[in-house]
Amino acid sequence: MNAPAFTIVRATPESRIALAFALLGLAALASGPYWMDRNSMRLVGEFLIYLGLASLWNLLAGYAGLVSVGQQAYVGFGGYVLFGCAMFLGIPPLLAVPVAGAAAALLSIPVSYLVFRLKGAYFAIGTWVVAEVFMLLASQWQAMGGGSGVSLPIAIVRSIGSTRDMREQMIYWTTLGVTVAVLIAVYLLLRSRWGLALQAIRDSEIAAESSGVSVASAKRLLYVVACAGAAMIGSLIFMAKLRISPSSAFSVNDWTAFVIFITVIGGIGRIEGPVIGTILFFLLRETLSDLGASYLIVLGSVAVAIMLFAPKGIWGLVQDKFGWQLFPVGRRLILNTNKEGA
Amino acid sequence: MVWVNAIVQGILVGGLYALFAAGLSLIFGVMRLVNIAHGDLIVLAAYMALTCVTLTDLNPLLAIFVVAPFSALAGYALQRLLFNRTLGADILPPLLVSFGLSVIIQNALLQVYSADSRKLNAGGIEIASIPIVQGLSIGVLPLLMFVTAIVTIGALQFMFYATPLGRALRATSDDQDVARLMGYDNKHLYAIAMAISLAVVAIAGIFLAVRSNFDPALGPQRLIFGFEAVIIGGLGNLWGTLAGGVILGVAQGLGAMIDPGWQLLAGHLVFLAILAFRPEGLFPRVEG
Repeated sequence: MNAPAFTIVRATPESRIALAFALLGLAALASGPYWMDRNSMRLVGEFLIYLGLASLWNLLAGYAGLVSVGQQAYVGFGGYVLFGCAMFLGIPPLLAVPVAGAAAALLSIPVSYLVFRLKGAYFAIGTWVVAEVFMLLASQWQAMGGGSGVSLPIAIVRSIGSTRDMREQMIYWTTLGVTVAVLIAVYLLLRSRWGLALQAIRDSEIAAESSGVSVASAKRLLYVVACAGAAMIGSLIFMAKLRISPSSAFSVNDWTAFVIFITVIGGIGRIEGPVIGTILFFLLRETLSDLGASYLIVLGSVAVAIMLFAPKGIWGLVQDKFGWQLFPVGRRLILNTNKEGA
Repeated sequence: MVWVNAIVQGILVGGLYALFAAGLSLIFGVMRLVNIAHGDLIVLAAYMALTCVTLTDLNPLLAIFVVAPFSALAGYALQRLLFNRTLGADILPPLLVSFGLSVIIQNALLQVYSADSRKLNAGGIEIASIPIVQGLSIGVLPLLMFVTAIVTIGALQFMFYATPLGRALRATSDDQDVARLMGYDNKHLYAIAMAISLAVVAIAGIFLAVRSNFDPALGPQRLIFGFEAVIIGGLGNLWGTLAGGVILGVAQGLGAMIDPGWQLLAGHLVFLAILAFRPEGLFPRVEG
């Protein structure tokens, strides 16, 4: 009689299926070194890196409207911290990964006070300037080979794993661990009360502010998380490459343009978007890789077309058609229509 | 005297940076669009001039009169076909579409012209100079560049504040809905603004190509220089933008005197310092 006429749910039938598939996929990937050859492992490692970077960028741009074209600043920073820690402080490379994350988090706070003074598109270019500054400073770091870069000394390489297979396995598992941690962190952050605040900001900044959301601190929190994540992923990228140089570490094409295209094509502002986008990106790349520079033209055109005609991306189209939510972060109201009366 | 020389050359280069910035600032003022592809359009104009010069044997500086109208027409079409569809309350579409365009232009140039760096040869004017005092002389070409920047900005300023077109552009900038009620066709006006912006881009592109080597990857840095000039000078003030370009040029010149590696860094640091201590820029727009 007094039972409420509605219930609030978060999970959906398809989200349970998606969770089951995600766990199965994780198990398959975690056992990867036992059944994959070296090339597939490298490909999966790269896939995980782009998935992580795209999820973090999606968090920034899709949820807080912070379109950064400068996340390569932190990817490169992470790589340089790893090399610096390993070469000058004797920290084992695998332990240097969280160090890179923590250092980037600390650095991103003062940087955020500068770049947050710029709004919208000017923020985008401001972050790009910061990345340029990082790159120029790295080129001045003579102990790291200046502009031409440096290779990881062989003794440190051996300390990751004594054989090449062992080393590649260690890097693979660490990459998998960091990416999964990033994805879970993004998911949990969006489900927390900060997530509610962020989604309110995405829908209307003014309305959010007037309902008591501290827009500035929510954005800053997000920026710090995204930068720390990018730095950890960056440290892994260059641990796998065994070599770092300013132009590769702070490449806007590799670490930002691809990431933006992945997110836009998959569906910006949706947690599933980067997953779909990364899968499509790798499918396209494997089929169009002989095209060279025109591959980027194709990718750019697809992203522009998506932005013009389906701004919610491919996942947005699927969601509109079927109403699926694989990783629900919001809550839904279910009215109990069969319990009439009251 | 070396330092004075560095400052003078920096001031003159500042004119080029102001040219990079003027088109960017113009379309932001009119439609709040920041065109990430702006730098790549400058480089595209440089390549258009290269093609024009190779085909016709024209002096590169005269090629402006061929490239600028072309570029303006392309700008009109670009706005009508692409950017007008992205304008709205959401800031993501214009930003991401222009970013996509930037990557497309860069790689298309790479395909057509290869990654080799090129330069336009303007003949004797390139080495002509006017001696001022012992150890200090001003190149005719940099001077011409600086004067062109002043004339261009003066013309834009006149267009904005003393012509019916300028009034229309300012009206849509202030309130596009009311401007539409008054009978202005916003889409057409935006396209006109983009055409003007790309005409300025063509001028900047040709000076870029005559002054130094260029290659397809140069665009983003031109965008950044222009953007820094706009922010240093103060948003919405064209003469401020010229001052911003000059400050950037001088900072880079002095940085290069300390160490060649510090040339670009010094410019960025000045920009970041302005952002930290005077985020509204040195000469923000004052309007009654």
